[in-house]
Amino acid sequence: MKTRCLILFTAIAAAALLAAPHFLKSYGIYLLSYWLIYTIATMGLNLTVGYAGQKSLGHAAFLGIGAYTVAILLKAGVSFWLGLPAAALLCFAVGLVLGFPALRVQTIYLAFATLGFNTAVWLLIRNEEWLTGGTFGINNIARPEFFGYSLEGNLAYYHLVLGITVLMGLKLWILLRSPWGKAFTALRDNAIRAESLGISVRGYTLLSFAIGAAYAGVAGGLFASLVQFIEPGPFTVAASIMMYLMVVVGGPGYFLGPVLGAAVGVVLPEWLRDVPGVANWYLPAFGAAVVVLMVWLPDGLLSIPDRLKARREAREASAARTAAARKEVLQ
Amino acid sequence: MTDFLQLVLSGLATGSIYALAALGFTLLWQASGTINFAQGEFVMLPAFAMLACMSFGAPLGLAFVVTVLLAVVVLGWGFKRGVVDPLMRFGMMPIVVATIGLSIALRNGVRAGFSAEAHPFPSLFADKLFNIAGVTVTLADVGTFGLAVAIVLATQAFLARTVTGRAMQAVAQNTESAQVLGIDVPRMVFYTFAINAALAVAAALLVTPTYLAKFDMGEGLGTKAFFAAIIGGFNNSRGALVGGLIVGVAENLASAYISPAYKDAVALLIFMVVILFKPQGLLGRKEERKV
Amino acid sequence: MSQPLLKVSDLRKSYGAIRAVDGVSFEVQPGEIFGVIGPNGSGKTTLFNSMLGQIQPDTGRIELQGEDVTHLGPLQLNRRGVGRTFQTLQVFGKMSVRDNLIVAAQEHQGSMLRRLFMPGDSGLGAKADALIDQFRIRHVADKKAGQLSYGQQKLVDIGMAFMSDPDLVLLDEPCAGVNPSLVGGLSRLLKELNQSRRGSFVVIEHNMDFVMDLCHRIMVMVEGKVMAIGTPAEIRANKQVLDAYLGS
Repeated sequence: MKTRCLILFTAIAAAALLAAPHFLKSYGIYLLSYWLIYTIATMGLNLTVGYAGQKSLGHAAFLGIGAYTVAILLKAGVSFWLGLPAAALLCFAVGLVLGFPALRVQTIYLAFATLGFNTAVWLLIRNEEWLTGGTFGINNIARPEFFGYSLEGNLAYYHLVLGITVLMGLKLWILLRSPWGKAFTALRDNAIRAESLGISVRGYTLLSFAIGAAYAGVAGGLFASLVQFIEPGPFTVAASIMMYLMVVVGGPGYFLGPVLGAAVGVVLPEWLRDVPGVANWYLPAFGAAVVVLMVWLPDGLLSIPDRLKARREAREASAARTAAARKEVLQ
Repeated sequence: MTDFLQLVLSGLATGSIYALAALGFTLLWQASGTINFAQGEFVMLPAFAMLACMSFGAPLGLAFVVTVLLAVVVLGWGFKRGVVDPLMRFGMMPIVVATIGLSIALRNGVRAGFSAEAHPFPSLFADKLFNIAGVTVTLADVGTFGLAVAIVLATQAFLARTVTGRAMQAVAQNTESAQVLGIDVPRMVFYTFAINAALAVAAALLVTPTYLAKFDMGEGLGTKAFFAAIIGGFNNSRGALVGGLIVGVAENLASAYISPAYKDAVALLIFMVVILFKPQGLLGRKEERKV
Repeated sequence: MSQPLLKVSDLRKSYGAIRAVDGVSFEVQPGEIFGVIGPNGSGKTTLFNSMLGQIQPDTGRIELQGEDVTHLGPLQLNRRGVGRTFQTLQVFGKMSVRDNLIVAAQEHQGSMLRRLFMPGDSGLGAKADALIDQFRIRHVADKKAGQLSYGQQKLVDIGMAFMSDPDLVLLDEPCAGVNPSLVGGLSRLLKELNQSRRGSFVVIEHNMDFVMDLCHRIMVMVEGKVMAIGTPAEIRANKQVLDAYLGS
């Protein structure tokens, strides 16, 4: 039932996403691409944090590594189509390295270690001008060509981003449906039990960081060619925290959580940016909403159907008990 | 050599402020398991509150007292009742996320609702220089260090020597036993929140003259408070002082002798080394891992 | 006489001045159900945790089918065919019962990389279903494990230990918290599993009737030392044991 719903939803969404740009101006199409890119990055974080139960407050660092890798390689004459997988591989490797502290430290200590990692990467990006252009950044980043067909325009580039998003989403879906998905969930729910069942806590922890990082790397590469000018700003700890909140708001461990989270965390503020008087209040409102969400819906927005179902089942069970008790009394 | 000493002394001053923030942080963590991601904003808000009081004509001293009272009510009681208590039953992460949300709300709320600019803040200390054995120090550095350390030691004395303080320690070490012994646990926890709020106001008083009051002044401070607390030892309140001072001095030295651009990485580096090799902190006691 | 499945030789573990396990030696034969009883603080749990790689013994040897496994961790022991249940329930609450059983054995199917391309149940679906039917929990098989009653979760916990066909299963107080009326069923189930799979069990338990009924041989531990090893009848008749532990 759930799978059929999901397939139907995906079909409708796919149709909408293909048709939408034709109703939007250039900026609107750009915004859609922006949203999809952050969806990819957040999907990766959802794997690490939502499905595997790790703590990662340094995800924006991988976005940055991905973006700068592609940008630097493009400037050096390397094709985008080589740069993007290179960015993914590099982030995978760095993600593996980041996973090692996760084996030694727990929860809040791990959160701060990843936060520190982000700071370190950001400092490197900001300070090493010879490589990254420092605070001046890298500009005039080109958009790629696809078999001679230029992807320079917003619409054409959007199709590329859409295609890659669908591909990455599909790969994640397959991964989560495979035995790996169960292993990640076991790791999240009870690492000690998982270990005693032969599930390599070490292996899956490292993988959850590495794969999540690779996703952010791909997103970063796409980001570089979308915005065509990158500087350290989007890759700060604050950005990582926002991405973490996007996973939380959408619903950790829910496949479509990142889609919703990215919409709330990235599209909404962009969309409101030009609305006078409202723009500055987006973040305070978002912050306050997160606090409220934790009290009412700690499992995120997509947990609403499950919550309703659980409440219904509890009511049915209670009604059944009352009926049974009544029967006993009447006998 | 004199340069070195100068750096150490001014580093001690900065570090003592970190220690104030770290101490409150540690106490909150010990007493209620709350990791307060908004600790930096808890310092930022009083800075602006004091400025507001003074804009109504109040002298600094009065502004400080009024702000402490306000902080205890809002950042102490209000924070506990409004955010921490409802989320206690869900565990630690929801509280952490809520305080993250709170820090974003407070930081950007001040920016949107009040001002995005940096405002000057009057110093407690006159603009004087001292010469001690060939080393030049400002009155502010000496005064800040002295005052901050005095506050930290006074807090620790309170915790160790008064009945209330010991009751608070009991709650921090073993809540259930404390309850069985008849200690009013919720009240003790509230006192912890109140102390944290007061310490934050003190930190604001001492740090804002140098760093100016700005909506994002709390951002780095909160993180460093956490690092300092861990480095010193999370389960030992003396650890906050040691951790804070170490971070303050190390930052200054690194900034001068290695590179100012990587100053913010120092606290992080020491933190990483500590948690990988001595996770209980420099002064902490080893905790047995429960299977 | 064939090689013992499990051989523990002179195992010792101290916590400071307390000798939790003080020179324990015993053997478990293939297919045998071996009970371990003793008063609280006699060292049973420490012995168990040492055998499961959760803690490292100070001295002594643990041999599994002749191989020295004294210093291996839980992961490696599982790969060598050791399964366990937990005293406090440790099922994966958010996964369905069926998934709990599948995940309990999936790591034994091929390599990690190959598993990425296998179907979700790693080919273990039929086996999980067989176990579900044997345990008579078909009606809750698709519910989340966290929603089951304590007794049902206990059965899932035991089922998880058996999914990977271990040669040796260690059961840590299987009757703890279980309704007395269900204990008989539990004993029957374990006997069924023992006969059909021919694995060895080591069972820590306080419920005397359960232990006497289920086990082939019983070891009595008191203050870290082995007081006696024998059949249930022998133990019941052992005067020392009666005085120290069972009462008259």
